[in-house]
Amino acid sequence: MCFQQKMIHSLFLINCSGDIFLEKHWKSVVSQSVCDYFFEAQEKAIDVENVPPVISTPHHYLISIYRDKIFFVSVIQTEVPPLFVIEFLHRVADTFQDYFGECSETAIKDNVVIVYELLEEMLDNGFPLATESNILKELIKPPTILRSVVNSITGSSNVGDTLPTGQLSNIPWRRAGVKYTNNEAYFDVIEEIDAIIDKSGSTVFAEIQGVIDSCIKLSGMPDLSLSFMNPRLLDDVSFHPCIRFKRWESERVLSFIPPDGNFRLISYRVSSQNLVAIPVYVKHLISFKENSSSGRFDVTIGPKQNMGKTVEGVVMTVHMPKAVLNMNLTATQGSYTFDPVTKVLAWDVGKITPQKLPNLKGIVNLQSGAPKPEENPSLNIQFKIQQLAISGLKVNRLDMYGEKYKPFKGVKYITKAGKFQVRT
Amino acid sequence: MTDSKYFTTTKKGEIFELKAELNSDKKEKKKEAVKKVIASMTVGKDVSALFPDVVNCMQTDNLELKKLVYLYLMNYAKSQPDMAIMAVNTFVKDCEDPNPLIRALAVRTMGCIRVDKITEYLCEPLRKCLKDEDPYVRKTAAVCVAKLHDINAQLVEDQGFLDTLKDLISDSNPMVVANAVAALSEIAESHPSSNLLDLNPQSINKLLTALNECTEWGQIFILDCLANYMPKDDREAQSICERVTPRLSHANSAVVLSAVKVLMKFMEMLSKDLDYYGTLLKKLAPPLVTLLSAEPELQYVALRNINLIVQKRPEILKHEMKVFFVKYNDPIYVKLEKLDIMIRLASQANIAQVLAELKEYATEVDVDFVRKAVRAIGRCAIKVEQSAERCVSTLLDLIQTKVNYVVQEAIVVIKDIFRKYPNKYESVIATLCENLDSLDEPEARAAMIWIVGEYAERIDNADELLESFLEGFHDESTQVQLQLLTAIVKLFLKKPTETQELVQQVLSLATQDSDNPDLRDRGYIYWRLLSTDPVAAKEVVLAEKPLISEETDLIEPTLLDELICYIGTLASVYHKPPSAFVEGSRGVVHKSLPPRTGSSESAESPDAAPSAGQAAEQPAVIPAQGDLLGDLLNLDLGPPVSGPPLAASSVQMGAVDLLGGGLDSLLRSDVGGSPAMGGSGFTAPGPAAPAAMGAPLGSGLGDLFDLTGGVGTLSGSYVAPKTVWLPAMKAKGLEISGTFSRQVGSICMDLVLTNKALQVMSDFAIQFNRNSFGLAPAAPLQVHAPLAPNQSVEISLPLNTVGSVMKMDPLNNLQVAVKNNIDVFYFSTLYPLHILFVEDGKMERQMFLATWKDIPNENEAQFQIKDCSLNADAVSSKLQGSNIFTIAKRNVEGQDMLYQSLKLTNGIWVLAELCIQPSNPSFTLSLKCRAPEVSQYVYQAYDAILKN
Repeated sequence: MCFQQKMIHSLFLINCSGDIFLEKHWKSVVSQSVCDYFFEAQEKAIDVENVPPVISTPHHYLISIYRDKIFFVSVIQTEVPPLFVIEFLHRVADTFQDYFGECSETAIKDNVVIVYELLEEMLDNGFPLATESNILKELIKPPTILRSVVNSITGSSNVGDTLPTGQLSNIPWRRAGVKYTNNEAYFDVIEEIDAIIDKSGSTVFAEIQGVIDSCIKLSGMPDLSLSFMNPRLLDDVSFHPCIRFKRWESERVLSFIPPDGNFRLISYRVSSQNLVAIPVYVKHLISFKENSSSGRFDVTIGPKQNMGKTVEGVVMTVHMPKAVLNMNLTATQGSYTFDPVTKVLAWDVGKITPQKLPNLKGIVNLQSGAPKPEENPSLNIQFKIQQLAISGLKVNRLDMYGEKYKPFKGVKYITKAGKFQVRT
Repeated sequence: MTDSKYFTTTKKGEIFELKAELNSDKKEKKKEAVKKVIASMTVGKDVSALFPDVVNCMQTDNLELKKLVYLYLMNYAKSQPDMAIMAVNTFVKDCEDPNPLIRALAVRTMGCIRVDKITEYLCEPLRKCLKDEDPYVRKTAAVCVAKLHDINAQLVEDQGFLDTLKDLISDSNPMVVANAVAALSEIAESHPSSNLLDLNPQSINKLLTALNECTEWGQIFILDCLANYMPKDDREAQSICERVTPRLSHANSAVVLSAVKVLMKFMEMLSKDLDYYGTLLKKLAPPLVTLLSAEPELQYVALRNINLIVQKRPEILKHEMKVFFVKYNDPIYVKLEKLDIMIRLASQANIAQVLAELKEYATEVDVDFVRKAVRAIGRCAIKVEQSAERCVSTLLDLIQTKVNYVVQEAIVVIKDIFRKYPNKYESVIATLCENLDSLDEPEARAAMIWIVGEYAERIDNADELLESFLEGFHDESTQVQLQLLTAIVKLFLKKPTETQELVQQVLSLATQDSDNPDLRDRGYIYWRLLSTDPVAAKEVVLAEKPLISEETDLIEPTLLDELICYIGTLASVYHKPPSAFVEGSRGVVHKSLPPRTGSSESAESPDAAPSAGQAAEQPAVIPAQGDLLGDLLNLDLGPPVSGPPLAASSVQMGAVDLLGGGLDSLLRSDVGGSPAMGGSGFTAPGPAAPAAMGAPLGSGLGDLFDLTGGVGTLSGSYVAPKTVWLPAMKAKGLEISGTFSRQVGSICMDLVLTNKALQVMSDFAIQFNRNSFGLAPAAPLQVHAPLAPNQSVEISLPLNTVGSVMKMDPLNNLQVAVKNNIDVFYFSTLYPLHILFVEDGKMERQMFLATWKDIPNENEAQFQIKDCSLNADAVSSKLQGSNIFTIAKRNVEGQDMLYQSLKLTNGIWVLAELCIQPSNPSFTLSLKCRAPEVSQYVYQAYDAILKN
């Protein structure tokens, strides 16, 4: 008898201090000791983020993701597509998030039975079975305070006992018989700017990662089509399975029967440099003097090309070199903290008013005797601009077919900094 | 109230308490107890002792409780097989339940219980479920067949489940199709020979239809299955590609990558002139780039795959350099991969940007990353010639930072830059020498020593520098020791007068005080070389080195092609074929890219044709890293030099001898400036003919000089033993036996004439009929004295190829007429084709590559050379003796591939690929020639040469 497991053999959930707090085996039980290889790699990596996602051990492969301070470590025995496993693990984490409001060790431990039922429902013999939130929720009801009270009184369970309707239809993402009194459809166009700005302020690299997240609460089987003023912007798009690809190819219209509730409709990337406006600029002077165990720090942030909108929620974080002992700074706006252990400087600026640019300035104290730091810290900037999609993407109209009622529609735009780094 | 309550325990034994609760009459209590059991299970506690009690709870109407019990069963059934039997009845009953959810659950759970006894009971319910009216049950049952097959393959086959499964591929429900495909793929993986997934245009069409409708996971299974299909022509390939491309826009990255795999594979079949080919190339870039904005783990896998894709088709991502720029908070594993791809994409057009980035990275904090960045600068210099100068100056800037590991890495790459652009950047040596003391890593030390030795004549105090290394000779790593030895010998050959002491010192350290055989052997070789013939030594040691290749650590082309077939899998992450590392992969099938269509013949041998074509694209890459010891001796002494080669006396004479005649002759030739040799006529093999030295060295060092002198084209080609061409009875007593030979460019017919008659024979003459290659006697047949009865005479008749030509059948047929005083006799003989192989039959690599591609595939012929036990080097030298020249040799997964060329006297080129597997005495010979009719005879020549 030979032994072969196509996909995920076992799953271990491990917290940051290295405790295995949940294990699930889809076939036979694999000893926890397999995780020792993971711990070894973790130790080597020093930083939790640097643990390699694929680790080989003498008899297994460990494929892991790191989400919300939890390592999801899956055990694999033979050749599999690692992306398949990684995607699946992220889906598991998403499901926990969806069910428990957060994907944390406490939440998982508090709902361990549901977690177990979910994992069993999501994977059969290594084949993903039901990963759509809609279907899962029909099979296993998410916990609510009210329900657990009701359950304990009535003795009813949180396991659905009929076959989910969407499971086998051509639209597995939507259940039948959805009913709302207020029919609503909201779309959030969220764009994140990933950029690397060099010392002199010119853009080394910039692109926009955009998504349209939707919250659809519509009764029945609505058939929606969403059109844009400037669909040409979208030339690199990933779609939710509900979108009819042909229609998009021929007419550049998003036509779909939506899932019920919250979901990501599309994600897209705009990379053409001239379309990526950089909304802020940073003036900086960070220098360390030779042999004097001190240095200067002077950073100003200002708005640029923000199309008349306010840049808000500005936060700057800097990983200072190891030799930095402390920082004595004055902020003209907001407040700053410096953690002498992690060497992270965080400056919460808030809103930028063009009349008075926020500035953070002062002295950096270095370890005495240590050589002048070689590396220059990069500045990590976060910000938000409401009511603006920086790429210029604009929704034209939303039409609904298939149902009679008139839904309430809303579109919101927001631009944020993604991985926005300024080199100094 | 949360589930964490299930973890609390009382002081009384936990198991004991649970047992009591499980056997409680109250339903609710039972359920709570099972939940507690499950909670213990989740943290790895062994609760198998409760097996009978939990199984007792199985018969229930409460679905949640049932599910929980099933969960428990799956975990522990294996450890309690006898108890598990207790559950069978309930399973069988549940498989008949009116609720499809319960039917599916039962069949699914049953399949997960890996107990032989249970599987017997599983068959009947499974058969029903496979034909269930509800597709949810069918799709669950499909997966169950795979589970059962894993437990008991024979049973599944006997019960005919495989056929049922195949039928499900035509199911009306796309999810059932997807699961059937997944199950069949899994089963097929363990039975590579079974033709389970019999893919044909009809079933492919079904799969493509299901692809649009099933879930994302099903799409992955279907795409992976499609990738194994071999379309019958380019039209079919294109139509599949067209239907797969929409998957590139899927939100699930695994779907995207599987689609990329299918496209990359089928693209191979499309003609590059096709418009669609260009469209497809353009469509591939955006999804690949999008993968890089995903979570870091996904990025990592994507990057490993992109690394393969850019090697195979660099054009796809050539404009996307910037997305690979590193962000400072990328995880280190992402950073390193990005860097690798940046170098692969570096070109003249973008080199400025790349260099600016690399320089930025070189000041980062992470040591591994900084090192790799510095190395990357060197690789750019080597790859993009126009940037070399800028790279070198960047490296010098970095050396000025004096950061220890940066300096060391910089020196290692500068050495490679020197190798690539000789006599161009040596002005920086002074700067390098300043940092000598800070080098503490062997690789950097070795690199620096190499530089000092190589450019000894430009470094005033080279002797002092090397001497300083010599002090701690025995503490150095072998790499450094070997390099130091070579460097000092180089120094000595360049500045003989001041460095005698030094060279003696290092030779004695290497030969007498060292336990390392490599070091000792090299020491002896130098010693012997210097003492016998210093001029020769100079030519050997200071020989011009071959240039290093542009691109380093490229994946070997056949492996690359195989890996392209495994895009998205673990193999693509490790860049190794699955056979190399996956445990328990039973008889993994080697996958290969489909050949470009256009010729029906090549489709029949998909393995051979494309791999040969690919191979020719990258002839013999000499890796830049690791061959620090890149001097000729080290490169070419292929076969092991056996035994201590020198007698005791030669060791003793060494020191004295060395400086006796040796030095004199060295000085003499230097002063005189004449190229006069030391007398032995020894010519060092230049780097151009490395293979020539390979084979004959087996007999040891003593023979080195004799043999190397003799190797090469002078030795003449293989001569078959003489056979009787004309028996005496047919020619009135004249017997003629003979053979053909080729020596130093001239062809001879070696004849033995025997007089078996009773009378004297005289007045011999010979004439050839017109033949395929115009062979004709170059001189009259000269038998000086009459041939007495029972006397023999041996004659060597020189031939030329300027006679009249007529195509013969067989091609190498030669009709001869011999006359003597008695009569005229006719006979015909077959000459081996290799006598027609000319001495200048070595083709340039580029030429070879171009010609190989140019000759249509129909002209390729394949032969087996059986029962030949030679290794590749021996084969190569043996063939070279007969003017079959090895142009490149590669090792592909343990088998040697020789690429060879030869030219016939009438100017016909024949290109050959010879594949030698170490354990297999049967060689595969592929010949390509514009005149394919000669191939068969060339093969016969190969066969004859190799077997003698």
